[in-house]
Amino acid sequence: MDILFDVLRTAIAPSTAAFALAAIGLNFHFGLTGLLNMGQAGFMLLGMYGFAISIQQGWPIWVAILVGLAAAAIFAVLLGWPTLKLRGDYLAIVTIAAAEMVRFLGRSQSLAGLTGASSGIRGSDYKAPFEELSPFPDAIVNIGPFSMHGSRSSSWWLTTVTWAIVLLCAGLFWRLANSPWGRVLKGIREDEDAVRSLGKNVYSYKMQALIIGGVIGALGGITWALGNSVQPDSMGRPTTFWLWTLLLLGGAATVFGPVLGSILFWSSLTLVKSLASAFIPSDVLAPTELEPFSLVLVGVTLMLLVVFRPQGVLGNKKELAF
Amino acid sequence: MADTAFVSVPHEPGAAKPDPILIADGVTRRFGGLTAVKVDHFEVQRNTITALIGPNGAGKSTFFNLLTGFDQAQEGEGQFNGKPLRGMPPAKVARAGMVRTFQLTKALSRMTVIENMRLGAQEQPGENLLRAFAPPLWKAREREITEQAHDLLHRFKLYEKRDDYAGSLSGGQRKLLEMARALMCKPTMVMLDEPMAGVNPALTESLLDHIVELKEDGMTVLFVEHDMHMVRRISDWVVVMAEGKIIAEGPAGTVMANPAVQDAYLGAHHDTDLSDLSLEDDE
Repeated sequence: MDILFDVLRTAIAPSTAAFALAAIGLNFHFGLTGLLNMGQAGFMLLGMYGFAISIQQGWPIWVAILVGLAAAAIFAVLLGWPTLKLRGDYLAIVTIAAAEMVRFLGRSQSLAGLTGASSGIRGSDYKAPFEELSPFPDAIVNIGPFSMHGSRSSSWWLTTVTWAIVLLCAGLFWRLANSPWGRVLKGIREDEDAVRSLGKNVYSYKMQALIIGGVIGALGGITWALGNSVQPDSMGRPTTFWLWTLLLLGGAATVFGPVLGSILFWSSLTLVKSLASAFIPSDVLAPTELEPFSLVLVGVTLMLLVVFRPQGVLGNKKELAF
Repeated sequence: MADTAFVSVPHEPGAAKPDPILIADGVTRRFGGLTAVKVDHFEVQRNTITALIGPNGAGKSTFFNLLTGFDQAQEGEGQFNGKPLRGMPPAKVARAGMVRTFQLTKALSRMTVIENMRLGAQEQPGENLLRAFAPPLWKAREREITEQAHDLLHRFKLYEKRDDYAGSLSGGQRKLLEMARALMCKPTMVMLDEPMAGVNPALTESLLDHIVELKEDGMTVLFVEHDMHMVRRISDWVVVMAEGKIIAEGPAGTVMANPAVQDAYLGAHHDTDLSDLSLEDDE
């Protein structure tokens, strides 16, 4: 029973929602437009830094959010400007490198005054303005089997806000994917030249998709930071690969695919970890080996998924299969 | 009118036409040391079907890409319907009314047939990001577009397939879809790059009829083709390219009897009437 609650707790955790958000952004890139963005973690990190640093400067929370989102938008323009005219794989190379550059810039000592270098920015330095807005009590609140703080860090307040943003962004995806605008993007995903021959400015559409997806990624970063801390190394390449994994798991080009993917991915990780610690004796598998072991098992599951259900859980095999 | 349009036009390369819709002048495209296209002068008469033929590697497709903005020439000027073409990106060329198809058919496989068609339409306000949020701004236009698409799908006998993914169509049906989609743009000129390539003989006839219909509807057609039978059947005027240059122009019969053209089509066929080649193409 405890294991089940652990799994459910992970399923509704704000960080699961934050990953769902970043994956929705990636869905705009890959699912709709076919852009291979291998640096979504960089967009998340920029959102986190933009937000946390602005709060530290004493700016109001709304300005801080806008700064985080604007940083991601500018990053998208800088990345897209030289690469969107080229073939798809160039964007993949540039984005993976650029995301690493953001991470290294965050780690660098020369900016330690702003970014805290490799130790990052402590949650207590920027969470206060958000937590003050909370209508929940400033104490532990039990709802059903779940026990969380009302307002602090990974709280009921943050859970409510992040999942509301997830629903909003899923709605945004649904509206845009089912509009003529989304149709042009799907056309670009299939064949750019065909869309050009029909009189559409492909470059401009790809840029719009890159910016929107990146900004939603930054929103994911901000919400993630509100439950954790700003840590450059927590947003490295593995984060991007997890995002790809959970997007493909849930089903690319679908409205709820990234959301379901994030829930399934993180809760199955928790499930495997709890089961292993409960049933495998510690002389066979040391507690420190639990995390890598569960990642391996999840990895194998995903390989099976790609083999037997390449379109993901919700995906349409005819439309987009991995 | 097409039958009388060419009466006064001399049968020589680069001949001036009475009412040209498309003009190219001094167009040169080099790839490194190789000059792929070097066309001194080229005109297409309005509301006619003009064929562009030539042996493999003659530069037909490159010339096609240059005219439609998919490739840029190092030198030369173009004019379409009075508008200069130089430096114009492909999307703008299409919006100006010159729409092309591709040799390797570009049906958007993982979209339905009807979505393929709708994508071809112009002036859909919902294709703007901000307006996309407000369906009332684009639903009316969407209905018009869908109606237009249904008419075209009926005409091209794809109506029953409208909700199928384009990837599930046969090669010939994809060619038809690509042509129908191009017509969604309401073009004044249609550029067809090898419309018959890979189409089974049963579909050939209806495809030919569709091309002739385009002319009857007032459009101008320029097509690249290897199938001499088709060239002879439907074209009003034939332009022959070899080694990047235009070497002959005229009605199909005259051009195919031209010794320069026969030379261009390599020694093996030197003594055969070019129209017999169609037998081999049709198998």
